[in-house]
Amino acid sequence: MADVLKKVPVREQDPKVRATNFEEVCYGYNKEEAMEEASRCINCKNAKCITGCPVSIDIPAFIAQAKEGKFDEAYQIISKSSALPAVCGRVCPQESQCEGKCIRGIKGEPVSIGKLERFVADWAKENGVKPQLATEKNGHKVAVIGSGPAGLTCAGDLAKLGYDVTIFEALHKPGGVLVYGIPEFRLPKDKVVAEEVKNVLSLGVKIETNVIIGKSTTVDELLTEEGFEAVFIGSGAGLPMFMGIPGENANGVFSANEYLTRNNLMKAFRDDYKTPIMRGKKVAVVGGGNVAMDAARTALRLGAEVHIIYRRSEAELPARVEEVHHAKEEGVQFDLLTNPTEILVDENDWVKGIRCIRMELGEPDASGRRRPVEIPGSEFEMEVDTVIMSLGTSPNPLISSTTYGLDVNKRKCIIADEEFGKTSKEGVYAGGDAVTGAATVILAMGAGRAGARGIHEYLSSKNK
Amino acid sequence: MYKIREAKQLTDNIYLMNVEARRVAKHCEPGQFIIVKIDEEGERIPLTICDYDREEGTVTIVFQVIGASTLQMSKLKAGDSFADFVGPLGKPSEFVTEDLQELKKKKILFVAGGVGTAPVYPQVKWLNEHGIKADAIVGAKNKDLVILEEEMEQVSNLYVTTDDGSYKRKGMVTEVIKDLVVNQKKEYDVVVAIGPMIMMKFVCLLTKELGLHTIVSMNPIMVDGTGMCGACRLTVGDEVKFACVDGPEFDGHLVNFDEAMKRQQMYKTEEGRAYLKEKEGDTHHGGCGHCGGEE
Repeated sequence: MADVLKKVPVREQDPKVRATNFEEVCYGYNKEEAMEEASRCINCKNAKCITGCPVSIDIPAFIAQAKEGKFDEAYQIISKSSALPAVCGRVCPQESQCEGKCIRGIKGEPVSIGKLERFVADWAKENGVKPQLATEKNGHKVAVIGSGPAGLTCAGDLAKLGYDVTIFEALHKPGGVLVYGIPEFRLPKDKVVAEEVKNVLSLGVKIETNVIIGKSTTVDELLTEEGFEAVFIGSGAGLPMFMGIPGENANGVFSANEYLTRNNLMKAFRDDYKTPIMRGKKVAVVGGGNVAMDAARTALRLGAEVHIIYRRSEAELPARVEEVHHAKEEGVQFDLLTNPTEILVDENDWVKGIRCIRMELGEPDASGRRRPVEIPGSEFEMEVDTVIMSLGTSPNPLISSTTYGLDVNKRKCIIADEEFGKTSKEGVYAGGDAVTGAATVILAMGAGRAGARGIHEYLSSKNK
Repeated sequence: MYKIREAKQLTDNIYLMNVEARRVAKHCEPGQFIIVKIDEEGERIPLTICDYDREEGTVTIVFQVIGASTLQMSKLKAGDSFADFVGPLGKPSEFVTEDLQELKKKKILFVAGGVGTAPVYPQVKWLNEHGIKADAIVGAKNKDLVILEEEMEQVSNLYVTTDDGSYKRKGMVTEVIKDLVVNQKKEYDVVVAIGPMIMMKFVCLLTKELGLHTIVSMNPIMVDGTGMCGACRLTVGDEVKFACVDGPEFDGHLVNFDEAMKRQQMYKTEEGRAYLKEKEGDTHHGGCGHCGGEE
């Protein structure tokens, strides 16, 4: 009998092997492993894990079914709350959400809720199980802007309530950040993302790609000319930020967004796609978030020696511990307490190095984290041929600047309440990165659910 | 899918296509562009809008074959379709939103180089439809490379010049500007120059000397075209701008052309291509839309 205080270990691709390919890192549980892990759940009456889940999945209930091998039932329970379980099981920060609240975690390891969710979702796909169809159609049209986690969730929830939902996607493929941002080795595109999108479509949701709201049409036109009674804006994060240091516009400097989009959405790593990408020999990734880890691990797989340059220490890295751990295992090197001051270029304006300065931690700043302070005279140069800037994004103004009466805050994020996603404009709801600035997939999904609730309430009272 | 209604070859390497794209046709204005993708494996290729028909729901694009992707595109015929066609992208030309009475008092000179005639055309056409006939210079290497001459003739006071003198005037567009402004003493409130970066750079050097406010349309490398990737960034004044959302039109006297050309040149010169091929390894398929690749 295995140690009940520990999670059933999950099988992973060997770090040395996976550092050279784009196959998924984590293999996930098989049926036996899943049932064994499920049996660790003590089925708390007052289950804390549910409160830790931004979309409030009835976790003990689905795990109870999984324990019995009733994965179909388990899947339907999850589907009531989540449109994207195969995605969430892979990319949610469970350690700070559901698993962070698990009673088992007090003395030992929490139940591996994420890996169980993933298994159930994958099992459903392999066995052709779909989320249960909506009740009757109510004939009311709702537009959802963006087909990322917030939009897909909102659309799925509304479709289940009987709404006639159309999603408008700016890019040529649905999925938003799940497709252009998160790499194949963490979230397989065909096997997982495309299938989740199909599940949402199976609820009767329509998707129109290549429509940029604010350009191809506007929110106001959707409401006045195209017959939509409400709109949910889940347009995601926006313009990549740069540091403003010399040399940043040199050839060989990319935003993480560009680098990842070329490789993920445009599939530069595959021979049959025409997109080119820099195969650097030595790459510096500036930043310490999940996106920085994704960019670093992508560059590594494309054959480079990769350095993460981050101005604070390891404890402050905003990335998930699991991502940092995976990156280290694969051979990404961490240059911590280090900050770039200049990108050095050759005579053709190509990157040839990066000048950095060492940092130390001073007093805590407004964010509560200790502020990094430069150590005078500690500048040094590192030879690199590619620099990837992963410093976050600022909101894209395309929608807010073209929608009459839609208020934004000082940071240009759309203002929407948390409970219902209600904005300053009647009939318009919003959620996800467009509201909060760059955050996580699951928080965007939570906001998508909130928006669906808000829209349902609004249209129910309006159409009484 | 976006159906091609009409496809025609304008010169040996410049093509015109009329494409069904209802949403783009309804909303596009002069100065904006689109992104087209041929098929699943294709690249996203940014192209300027040459004309549009709101009733028909069609958009006309003109492109030059400069790489594997545009070569593949040139082989498409009427009846074929693009997998993706998205837009309109970028901001419309400033004059579109100006007060018409004020605008009518202005004298505008358009300067088009080569395939840059295509994005100039909807601008002069728009002005003509609003009762303003602008002066326009169209420059090309030689007679065979002059495009849209008849169309331009109908909506502007047109001056055609060829580098080798094989047609109409002989010389660069800058020489025509000098002739109009210095010799003929014509006065302009604004110059709009669209063409290869090197042409726009030299037009700007001249107009700065002449004290003429100049607007240029930048065409850097892009991926998404919606402000997400930052590949199209350039320095304008002392600010970094994204051509796709802040442009594509900028004050030409503030654009750092040398930097912009270096960012683009790699894809244009023999040396640059070889360099890129080395840098991009086996992901370099010669289909970047700006380079000849293995050809």
